[in-house]
Amino acid sequence: MFVSSQDSPPVFKDFTLVMPAVSVGNVGQLAVDLIVSTLNMRRVGYMHTDCLIPMAGNNPYSSCKEDAEELHTPAEVYTAAEMKLAVLQIRAPIIQTRTKRFRQQLVSWIKASGFSRTMVLSSSHAYQRDDLQLQGSPLRFLVTPSLLGVSADALKELGWREMERTPAFPGLTDAEAEPRLCIPGGGITKGLYSDSCAEDLRLAVLLLFCSEGDNIPDAFALVNHLNDWLHLLDNQDQEPNSRWKIPTSWSLLFGSGIPPALF
Amino acid sequence: MATFFGEVLSVYSRAVEEEDEDFVENEEDEEIRRELEKKREVNLLWNPEISQLLASGNKLQCSDFFLAVGHNAASFLSAYVLSSSNWDAVGRASVWNERSRAVAGQSSEESACVFYRHKDIPSVLICRVTCYIAEDQLFQWTEKVFDCVQHRGLNVTVLSDSSVADYKTENYLSSSSAPFLRSLHTAAFSDQPVCQSLEQPNIVTGLPAAVLNHCQVHCIAAAVYQCYSDVIGPDSVTMETYMPVLTKLGKVMQLDQPPTTDVLRKFVRTTDIQSNLYI
Repeated sequence: MFVSSQDSPPVFKDFTLVMPAVSVGNVGQLAVDLIVSTLNMRRVGYMHTDCLIPMAGNNPYSSCKEDAEELHTPAEVYTAAEMKLAVLQIRAPIIQTRTKRFRQQLVSWIKASGFSRTMVLSSSHAYQRDDLQLQGSPLRFLVTPSLLGVSADALKELGWREMERTPAFPGLTDAEAEPRLCIPGGGITKGLYSDSCAEDLRLAVLLLFCSEGDNIPDAFALVNHLNDWLHLLDNQDQEPNSRWKIPTSWSLLFGSGIPPALF
Repeated sequence: MATFFGEVLSVYSRAVEEEDEDFVENEEDEEIRRELEKKREVNLLWNPEISQLLASGNKLQCSDFFLAVGHNAASFLSAYVLSSSNWDAVGRASVWNERSRAVAGQSSEESACVFYRHKDIPSVLICRVTCYIAEDQLFQWTEKVFDCVQHRGLNVTVLSDSSVADYKTENYLSSSSAPFLRSLHTAAFSDQPVCQSLEQPNIVTGLPAAVLNHCQVHCIAAAVYQCYSDVIGPDSVTMETYMPVLTKLGKVMQLDQPPTTDVLRKFVRTTDIQSNLYI
């Protein structure tokens, strides 16, 4: 699945991996775009898999003419070696019938690469929040038992809200139906989290309740939230959003320019 | 989601479709799914000579592979290149999906993807794809085709039709600017593309994207020339937009005199009247 684009394969041991789930509003993917663009991360390889819909385009992070014509694929891995940070960006939807296989491929790769921890950036439909969730911060987190073991203090200090379990049949007081995890609109998030618990991986999910629309503010919210834990950027005095560099591919998100003859 | 007038609308996400994760398949469902998957498999059917070559563990010697995706791209290659008698049809790919249907007046040979090899220069391959290859079949098609072909020194050129409605630009494009060409190429491609590079935030999808992905990952020199046209069906003006690619083709083989506009019009499928709404 992972194919290196360098002469020698990259070493990921003890790196932190940040990856998005393809989820409502594409918030995780937008947040990852901000990370790669701001930290000027280097591409080190591709995830060559039949589980994603193919797409191709020129360099979405290009900052000058010289690097503009570089081909990019649906799933690529970037690193900032000095920060021991690796990022997997996913740019295409997962083929409906292959979500389970894709999760398996991801889990195998994470295990084989030796990442110290994995952060999954995701989102969930805002309209499916219950009464309690409507109040307060729209940000939630989930953490596997093995990551909780090492990060309990950090999480306590951050004071984040854990994603609530919802009753299987709301309104019914059925003793058998245990509250279970439900992440509507989260794509493979729930499956990946469950698989990681089962495989004893150190994985955390950071998600945001949002709706489809202009999701750029949501992306900033999520990436700032992640930054509170990982401290990827340290200039605290600056206004949080201005620290991040918007990539050139974030243009015309809502279509082409308007024909002047329309008016 | 409830609206102002009280009706409840289901909200769709651009990114994800809801899947029932707790769905447990019984044996019958699983068998049906397996049968469907098998039916959707891409099958390559080569002539006896090539089948024997591949069966013995060898690969097709190929230096230049030209792939045309879409009716205008395919007709362009047919009119400008394949019209000479120097080509043998050496194989085809059979692809079945929800959009496959027998088109009246066309044999299944025409509607599937066909591979041609130059009689005098057997290392030059052309493939015309006019059928729809579904999202879940693109990767398989690409892997299977490239598995048959040796990669060293291989140059891949893809001509692809696209709609100008899919092209995003800040300044509104008036109708006079279409059709036009844009290019994308892999890192291993060291030649000069024949047209401007595809600007941000535009992307390429479908078979050309699958081929580019494969070539990029396997370090094969490949270029895609995407033609954005405002005409949906086959059209001689759109076909002529691919003319700059002839310089690449001309480097590899001897080309005949370019066909006249009348000849081009013959390749345009005449009145396949499915709807006379806009006549």
